[in-house]
Amino acid sequence: MYYIDLAVTGLSFGCMYAMMAVGLTLVYGLLRILHVAHAAVFALGAYLTVIVANATGSIGLGFLVAIAVTPLFGMAIYRLLYEPLLGYRPDVPMIASVGLLVLMQDAFRIAFGEQGVTFKNNIYAFRIYDVAGIRVNAVQVAIVICAIVVFVGLHLFTTRTRIGIAWRATVSRPKIAASFGVDAIKVRYLNFAIGSALAALAGGLVGLLNNLVDPVIGYVVSYKALAIIVLGGLGSVRGTLIASLVLGMVEAYGTIFIGSWLNRDGIAFLALIALLMIRPQGFTGARAA
Amino acid sequence: MSAYEISLLSVIGLNVILAVSLNMISGFCGQISLGHGAFYGTGAYAAALTMIATRNFPLSLVCATTVGALAGIVVGFASLRVRSDFLAVTTIGVNFLFTGFVRKQGWLGGEMGISGIPASGLGGNGNMVMILLFAVATIALSLYINRSWMGFAFRAVSEDENAAATLGINAGAYKLAAFGIGTALAGLAGGLYAFFTQFITVDTFDFIFSVLLMAMVVIGGIGSTFGVVVAAIALTLLPEAIRVVNDYRLLVFGGLLVLVIRLAPGGLAGLARRLTVRAAKP
Repeated sequence: MYYIDLAVTGLSFGCMYAMMAVGLTLVYGLLRILHVAHAAVFALGAYLTVIVANATGSIGLGFLVAIAVTPLFGMAIYRLLYEPLLGYRPDVPMIASVGLLVLMQDAFRIAFGEQGVTFKNNIYAFRIYDVAGIRVNAVQVAIVICAIVVFVGLHLFTTRTRIGIAWRATVSRPKIAASFGVDAIKVRYLNFAIGSALAALAGGLVGLLNNLVDPVIGYVVSYKALAIIVLGGLGSVRGTLIASLVLGMVEAYGTIFIGSWLNRDGIAFLALIALLMIRPQGFTGARAA
Repeated sequence: MSAYEISLLSVIGLNVILAVSLNMISGFCGQISLGHGAFYGTGAYAAALTMIATRNFPLSLVCATTVGALAGIVVGFASLRVRSDFLAVTTIGVNFLFTGFVRKQGWLGGEMGISGIPASGLGGNGNMVMILLFAVATIALSLYINRSWMGFAFRAVSEDENAAATLGINAGAYKLAAFGIGTALAGLAGGLYAFFTQFITVDTFDFIFSVLLMAMVVIGGIGSTFGVVVAAIALTLLPEAIRVVNDYRLLVFGGLLVLVIRLAPGGLAGLARRLTVRAAKP
């Protein structure tokens, strides 16, 4: 049963990575920027969730506030940081993005303390279901359900609504989309808004799962998300989803097989470097959303 | 000089070596590396292990430099495969791989690090003088390379690899050379650091430290040796001079990094150039 438990862990982490990484891959598809500071948005979402939940006593309200506020933050990052840097080499906005992440993480540390913040009344983190001998945590179930809802919703949005189709069109062929009257700027804002909201949701769920939101919550997720979007073929939502699940599984099993000489983050990065060396364009190489 | 001043000057010297050597890779040759801390660490561990095994101080420094250069050339091969922002991501990965690996290795001291590294025999003052001499030598080497044919080739590769290739410049070889030279110096700095503290842990060489080094290079003005030296000294002194800054180091450095890229992409060197141009015009 140990191996099945690991699969459950891998699946729930994979779903979390997917929600986190989808915004990142779409930013790359639109602007060709590696939006490292997406992890700061993720952390902001986690902090907003825990703080509002503790203040009001309602975890649901915490998630609502986080999902409502972080899109504004994501759009502000685009407007104030990336838009003026679009003319430079792609590593320039990326270094700026790393700088923003470092700054934000330290700001969280200063504002909320080194030890982080715990949920006062988190009944979900310790609720364990026993399904045919497999132990499943309530938050893990919630992560998987959220991911399913998010990705089905995203699929419907991008195939059934006008703005969603315009979004996809802009990611795959920006110039042709513009000639059909799609407002590229509006699409960019939409992209940052939706991506940030999903990152915030993922952040809140991770906080709930660990029952702790600390200043380093964003760091490692950020670079793993980079690994995922490369693996998934930059700009592809479907590829990102598959890559996230693969990484979740590789990590879950990798830690028991090679965990004695490399830690969890090391494994993820080893996979990333190996992948970049073998296939610099990612595995699917698809550029459609 | 007080012990505090000696250690402060030593740290300034180390940071100058590291920032100037990173500038050779990222500034001259345009290969953005966010994993310079890993090579610094490689050198420190190489020096510590060699010193414990042989008790030979010069050999330890040579070993640190060589291992740093070899590690850099291996990572340099990545720059032949991936470019620009993906190279930056790869080097981030290298840094995490280094720390993740060392943390799990008993023979490298794991989380506890290596303590009780035998002294260099030069004393605190001697160490400081040695570090500062190496820092001056690094600056001189950087200025020399910038004026040499190699510097020209680095700039050509940095500006446009394909155009450089049409001039008969072997872009791959020069990228490897930039990585090799830059990381050899980082390894040397690591060796000097190991003898300066006589105690090393892996936390010193983490990704955040690499970002701080990149902040020095960008704030000083990417590609400008003097700008980078000034920034390295200023950013080392800043947390010491203003105590508040010490607690909020990452906030300040991250903020400066973002502001400089956003408002003055040329860094200090670019600002100085603009001022002198303005002053020259009547």
